[in-house]
Amino acid sequence: MIFQIECDRVLTPLCYITHNTLQLLLHLDFDSLKLPFFNLHRGSKESSRTSHVAADRLKGMQESVWVEFIRLAQEVKPVNLGQGFPDFAAPEFVTKALSDAVTGPNVLLNQYTRGFGHLRLVNALSKLYSKLLGRELDPLTEILVTVGAYEALYCTIMALVNPGDEVIIIEPFFDCYEPMTKMAGGIPVFVPLRPKKTHGPISSADWVLDPKEFASKFTNKTKMIIVNTPHNPLGKVFTRSELEMIAELCKKHNVICVMDEVYEWLVFKGSEHIRMATLPGMWERTITVGSAGKTFSVTGWKLGWLYGPHELTRPAQLLHQNCVYTCATPIQEAVAVGFEIEMERMGTPDSYWQDLIETLEPKRDRMAKFLTTVGMAPTVPEGGYFMIADFSEIGSKVNLDSEQGTKDYRFVKWLSRNKKLQGIPPSAFYCNEHKNLGEDYIRFCFFKEETTLEKAEKIIVDLKKSLT
Amino acid sequence: MSSRTSHVVADRLNGIQENVWVELIELAKEVKPVNLGQGFPDFAAPEFITKALRDALKQPDIFLNQYTRSYGHPRLVNALSKLYSKLLCRELDPLNEILVTIGADEAIYCTIMALVNPGDEVIIIEPFFDIYEPVTKMAGGIPVFVPLRPKKTHGPISSADWVLDPKELASKFTNKTKMIIVNTPNNPLGKVFTRSELEMIAELCKKHNVICVMDEVYEWLVFKGSEHIRMATLPGMWERTLTIGSAGKTFSITGWKIGWLYGPRELTKFPQLLHENCISSCATPLQEAIAVGLEIENEHMGTPESYWRDLVDTLEPKRDRMAKFLTTVGMAPTVPEGGYFMMADVSEIASKIDLDAETGMKDYRFVKWLCRNKKLQGIPISAFYCNEHRNLGENFIRFCFCKEETTLEKAEQIIMDLKNSLL
Repeated sequence: MIFQIECDRVLTPLCYITHNTLQLLLHLDFDSLKLPFFNLHRGSKESSRTSHVAADRLKGMQESVWVEFIRLAQEVKPVNLGQGFPDFAAPEFVTKALSDAVTGPNVLLNQYTRGFGHLRLVNALSKLYSKLLGRELDPLTEILVTVGAYEALYCTIMALVNPGDEVIIIEPFFDCYEPMTKMAGGIPVFVPLRPKKTHGPISSADWVLDPKEFASKFTNKTKMIIVNTPHNPLGKVFTRSELEMIAELCKKHNVICVMDEVYEWLVFKGSEHIRMATLPGMWERTITVGSAGKTFSVTGWKLGWLYGPHELTRPAQLLHQNCVYTCATPIQEAVAVGFEIEMERMGTPDSYWQDLIETLEPKRDRMAKFLTTVGMAPTVPEGGYFMIADFSEIGSKVNLDSEQGTKDYRFVKWLSRNKKLQGIPPSAFYCNEHKNLGEDYIRFCFFKEETTLEKAEKIIVDLKKSLT
Repeated sequence: MSSRTSHVVADRLNGIQENVWVELIELAKEVKPVNLGQGFPDFAAPEFITKALRDALKQPDIFLNQYTRSYGHPRLVNALSKLYSKLLCRELDPLNEILVTIGADEAIYCTIMALVNPGDEVIIIEPFFDIYEPVTKMAGGIPVFVPLRPKKTHGPISSADWVLDPKELASKFTNKTKMIIVNTPNNPLGKVFTRSELEMIAELCKKHNVICVMDEVYEWLVFKGSEHIRMATLPGMWERTLTIGSAGKTFSITGWKIGWLYGPRELTKFPQLLHENCISSCATPLQEAIAVGLEIENEHMGTPESYWRDLVDTLEPKRDRMAKFLTTVGMAPTVPEGGYFMMADVSEIASKIDLDAETGMKDYRFVKWLCRNKKLQGIPISAFYCNEHRNLGENFIRFCFCKEETTLEKAEQIIMDLKNSLL
């Protein structure tokens, strides 16, 4: 179990890597679940219950592959570019709003609020997205506030997927899509993005779906497709025509489209975030997911939302009602305040989102540059704050034999142990059959302080020198 | 092109409806009554907790605003471990035997979804906190209901007078019984199960190899003369018991939605796994602040500085005041031994009132009438019973007394006026 180690404050962020980026898997040996103690009789009679302890819906979850990484990081204390969150302070206008909410005169801000979303927040979300969608979004019936985008995805999948339903997942994928689909009894159907060039500067725009291959994945069992744009880990921002291709198939096969748009505000120059929900014929079959954590750099607040037509949001609302019932009031209040402030300054030089992009873009470029210098071939992302790089050239020059696992796992471990630099192995973002598609790559997060990136750069440059 | 018609919604939501309170919430918005329905205080949360959150946000440790450990923020699980190890008289492993959740609601959800298979029976004691039934159904489980019944119908009634019939309880255990859910102190009754009542349940759990889920969210709110006993401390029960707690009830911050469960690793690992794939992790700054709160209370426990002691000292007179004014108007309250709710039998007073303008079961009609005509909000108790047993609840209303004195004064005034109007 990944968390069997001592978790001190230094490690806490490392502990996070596992569940943000990968399938957190636990191998359940169902025979071993008939544990001796459970069958011991107490008093006179033998137990009569025969069913296994654990529910079947947890079957198929396998042993966590990250145990080794976490221990290694604890030992090595590397420069950590694995974590998917900033290592600098969250914006003050948001943290102040939370502080004000809990200590302010309105005592009810520390008590239960509306189950489907605190009014001030759903109103702010409605105002914001109505503008962006070009349609009036009903705050009460067309929005659900959730515990992070994670719970939005969970409620959507559990509310809409029946055993036997197929769910198309585009690879590389954010790790929770697969286990959530399986927990709902759904059948994940994978289709990879592939780079259409192998040499020269590669952009996330160069990673594309093959139209024929993609179309072949739609069957009469397909209930849902999950699309992540901007994309983690690639940083791909799907173009209008790419979204249209997906939309046509969704309409043709009557499929629900789940759009994971958590990085919607982090789109770099030259790209534009397009919302599937605005495409013709798509509003009625699209659920879109967002995240306060990514929006305001407060991933630890665990607040997200989904919006869509009532026919689709309502089942998710009902599932949410029975799962967590309601989200934290003061956090919702603070996020609402954050949105009210941002909406005023959207498109102006004072915009936080504008500032975030202007901060991140040079970091992206700096990282792309130093990775290129050492012979890693980065895919320059159009959005988000991750970058993957093909390390195969450099990987062939180092001896990875002392490590185990797929090639990328071995390289990540070698890099951590020997060079004290932590990344994430992307083959974890692929289904078992397609892991080879990810094994030449490593993922780094560039949403880090300049000092962190400097240290990383130095390590990379030293690595280069040591190989010449 | 066909647009989605039937079968959009997953089958697991069959029979799941929107919360029964919707209608009442709408009415309350319209009428703006004195609200004794809501289960939370209308006074400020304790300052040491809100201050702890404020401090967490100002701290140089910027990671307090970023993701923390999935199964629970280290500082919090360590504080929970320290507190409960003492109370359980066993070392509670913070990493493997504790899960931090989005309130007790998510603890219940993860427990049931992680352990109940289609066809498994889950025994639910009535009146029950409303989510037990729909979550059991979503897991494909079969809820089996067994009611607490008052053993007296006249004279002052305590929640201790509401009891299970031992034969009836025993008859509910079959070879399909996977789990039983026990809420002590109980919402809405306020019953604090005695040691021998818990032992009776424990014996049946052991005999039938049943997992015991203890919803102990009101564990700190136990009035003089009663003692909260943890099932997990009973012989042979640690290995088959998961216990649930709530920061919301512990520190009067229901809106923070942080709870936990603890139990043996062999059971805890399953809700941990489900939680990881459902929520992934709970809010870091909130967990940090609650950890600070627990560290402080841990020091103060049993001393005059104890917040929990103060809470009980504050609530007990409110309980007594409410019991008194309800009795005055001919409602027969069940005086709770714990928690902050009080049930009262309204049949006598309801018979004097024309409830025909309202619809639904008798208690719903009375609650709506009381709200609309007297501007006082309660909760109808039949909602805490399964369909077949709703009649057991239809004479009762639930009020929350965890309210400011001014709120209780207003309520008392309304009740006195009601009494006068009926003379």
